[in-house]
Amino acid sequence: MAEAILEVKDLSIDYPIAIGTVRAVRGVSFSLYEGEVLGLVGESGCGKSTLGLSILRLQRPPGRVVQGKLLFHGRDILQMNNGELRRLRGADIAMVFQNPLTSLDPLERIRDHFLEALAVHEPSFSRQQGLRRAGDILERLGIERQRLGEYPHQLSGGMRQRIMIGLGLIHEPEILIADEPTTSLDVIVEAGFIDLLKSLKEQYNISLILISHNLAMVAEIADRIAVMYRGMIVEIGSAVQIFAEPLHPYTQRLIDCVPNIDVDSEHLATLPGSPPDLVSPPPGCPFSPRCSRVMEICGREPPALTERGIGRAVACWLYDGKSSGGNSP
Amino acid sequence: MMEDRAHEELVRVEHLAKRFPVQKGLLDLVFSGREQQWVHAVDDVSFTIRRGEVLGLAGESGSGKSTTGRLLVRLLDPSSGRILFDGEEIARKGQEELRRLRVRMQVVFQDPDSSLSPRMRVGEAVAHPLKIHGMATDRGVREAALSLMERVGLTPAEFLYRKYPHQLSGGRTQRVVLARALITNPEFLVADEPIAMADVSVRAMILELLRKLKDELNLTYLFITHDLATAKYLCDRVAIMYLGRIVEIGARDQLFRSPHHPYTKALLQAVPVPDPTKRRTDPVTKGEIPSAITPPPGCHFHPRCPFAIAQCRQARPPLKEIEAGHLSACILD
Repeated sequence: MAEAILEVKDLSIDYPIAIGTVRAVRGVSFSLYEGEVLGLVGESGCGKSTLGLSILRLQRPPGRVVQGKLLFHGRDILQMNNGELRRLRGADIAMVFQNPLTSLDPLERIRDHFLEALAVHEPSFSRQQGLRRAGDILERLGIERQRLGEYPHQLSGGMRQRIMIGLGLIHEPEILIADEPTTSLDVIVEAGFIDLLKSLKEQYNISLILISHNLAMVAEIADRIAVMYRGMIVEIGSAVQIFAEPLHPYTQRLIDCVPNIDVDSEHLATLPGSPPDLVSPPPGCPFSPRCSRVMEICGREPPALTERGIGRAVACWLYDGKSSGGNSP
Repeated sequence: MMEDRAHEELVRVEHLAKRFPVQKGLLDLVFSGREQQWVHAVDDVSFTIRRGEVLGLAGESGSGKSTTGRLLVRLLDPSSGRILFDGEEIARKGQEELRRLRVRMQVVFQDPDSSLSPRMRVGEAVAHPLKIHGMATDRGVREAALSLMERVGLTPAEFLYRKYPHQLSGGRTQRVVLARALITNPEFLVADEPIAMADVSVRAMILELLRKLKDELNLTYLFITHDLATAKYLCDRVAIMYLGRIVEIGARDQLFRSPHHPYTKALLQAVPVPDPTKRRTDPVTKGEIPSAITPPPGCHFHPRCPFAIAQCRQARPPLKEIEAGHLSACILD
């Protein structure tokens, strides 16, 4: 297997709030390999966005990392000083958010967005060089060079989303983190955007973390998928394994909830019970109160994410999981 | 009685159109000679919905599907065309008469949180339409609300009756909105993207509930969605809209198994499939939906259509029947 360029080890993030502590991410571990697309899927509140932001130490205050390591080529991002962090953001790891309209400045031309982003890490670049680089990127994204002179409102939604990606790519980062990049796009534009991500992966050999609640979209592009529930990764494996043979009862239910246009299904699965309590989670497996295959041990002890074959792991007592040792702080 | 009426037409829309004036800017005031521009949001649309049927209205943003839904329940006034509800022309009815009709036709929108008053208790919100229409006594109102809350899965109903919307999860607030729409015992429900903002598991739950309620309460739906996988799951017939026009309409199996219009094909091809072994390999159709203020002449889809010929720019292709009940508006059909 290729080299792991990012290793997340036993990461936990807490949000202290008035009524207690929201444990947004709890003991999450995974690796990102060179040139792969890792899908991070789950429903609202599962911690996937917080996890994505925390990789660049951008989680919203008052959220803070209470334990764990974030190793980028072996260097711990959590130990980096401001200078190192500035170098990391944008140049090594870039992030693309879901709403391009709020991320682009309506009063600035597209070219100024690029020049500004370039100036952060490449102050030696002349304006001419910068415009050439920006124009090259735009063409690779399927947008004419001339549009550099336009303002965001003159572009369509799909173009704006591609501009966001282009801004993320300007320093040719090793990792691109995209949080729900297609939520505001229509289906044909979304499909075109997925094609674009695929070709960028080939052209730049970039590694991608794709955060989304849209399982069908993730299935179109991800090499591996990590499923999150209540701040934990409950299952991780290749995209084919996850969809063909989901092991965790939550993954199984979640997949059966998605209407598939290729299948003449009569019924969708539903998840009984309420979404999990973020402040005081059950002591055992976070999914146990809603699980149809719950056993006595599930409510007592949280199962650890345990390897089940190569590149495959699941946190569930049905598979003789080991205990993760309780919710020790 | 119900059996006899099962296949009769409940809604008939004929040549429905809605145009909105484009807001005038400062320049237009200075140069007052400039011509008023219009957005043709709905452009000569006709269809019928039979009693007990679910008609899906699918398309991308800007296709006019939501405007069509709002016209049907007269939240908007049509610019021209006819709307027949149970045989009665309602396109030009006044507010008083519409009030009477709204007991029989209801609408549910995308975002349950903005559809509910944050200061009204859930039970009162569900019961509110009965009070507005003077349909029951105070006690009757409460009992009707509780029983409907049970039916849509808001249990324990007595307990939830006194809650405020913010105290409920997203799935439950959508159930409240559904219960409120159904309390007057309507025959027809327009559901405008009722699941678009919900989580995967909540979506599945709402879809299953819509299906169950339809059978139990003999409802007829116009289901508006941008998600064809969902349309396929819930709808008996589906109409595809593009820039204000229906380009194809047919029974579910006709449309999904043998789509005719190039736009329908492009849409279907772009739908992601939750199966990594069946990834799409062909490139998708280029471009995006153009401006509705200056739509392309002729067939609106021709600039993006891989099969376009010279004639496509000249005249609007009419909806033609390809097989019984399956119509497509393409010159090549």
